[in-house]
Amino acid sequence: MPEMVLIQTADFSVEQEYQQLRNANPGTTGAICSFVGLVREFGDRPDIQGMFLEHYPGMTEKCLYKLIEQAKTKWNIHQAKVIHRVGTLHVDDQIVFVGVSSAHRADAFAACEYIMDYLKTDAPFWKKELSADGSLWVEAKASDQARKHKWPSAR
Amino acid sequence: MNILFFARLREQLNTDQESWHKLQDINTVEDVLRQLQARGEPWLSALNNPKLIISVNQEVVSANHPVTLTDEVAFFPPVTGG
Repeated sequence: MPEMVLIQTADFSVEQEYQQLRNANPGTTGAICSFVGLVREFGDRPDIQGMFLEHYPGMTEKCLYKLIEQAKTKWNIHQAKVIHRVGTLHVDDQIVFVGVSSAHRADAFAACEYIMDYLKTDAPFWKKELSADGSLWVEAKASDQARKHKWPSAR
Repeated sequence: MNILFFARLREQLNTDQESWHKLQDINTVEDVLRQLQARGEPWLSALNNPKLIISVNQEVVSANHPVTLTDEVAFFPPVTGG
């Protein structure tokens, strides 16, 4: 498998990622679960035209690899991949991909959600909403912290 | 010591990083913050934020964490990716 964490300005192909996960562990992969996050036209404000995404090069990758390792200790998964885009994105663009393969579906479902929940609260990314009224940094949400804390042994 | 600023904080301070080549009276992150804030505005207000996140060598720490000349220290707002 190629790099399991990618931070990039370019778009990604869910089909290509799916095929990589599908082919990585022949004979033993029984489930693949993936999540894709997109840019909505409403956020903290209505009429969003796009987003600007910033990250902390080095720390972000380290954090995401750590989340994958943590997921591997909690569930019986084969592969986990995270792609997160940065830079300027527009409404309906893909932002983030999380894909997990496993022998049984419960592990893939849980690990995929776990990685995404922790990405939201721990990985150093910042979003700025762009609209006709100007641009505004997105506020961190209490609901995202709450989702993380539903996992046992959440920090 | 390299000091990095991200997102809203980077905009408020109008800089994304600076390097310190010697440390005077610096033992912890709190001391770094105090010296930055001593510059007055916009440093004083921008860094006086209880939600501010601090990392040393790319690990999140609290303000009393020790620092040395070779450390990478970063300050940033709560994260909002995904």
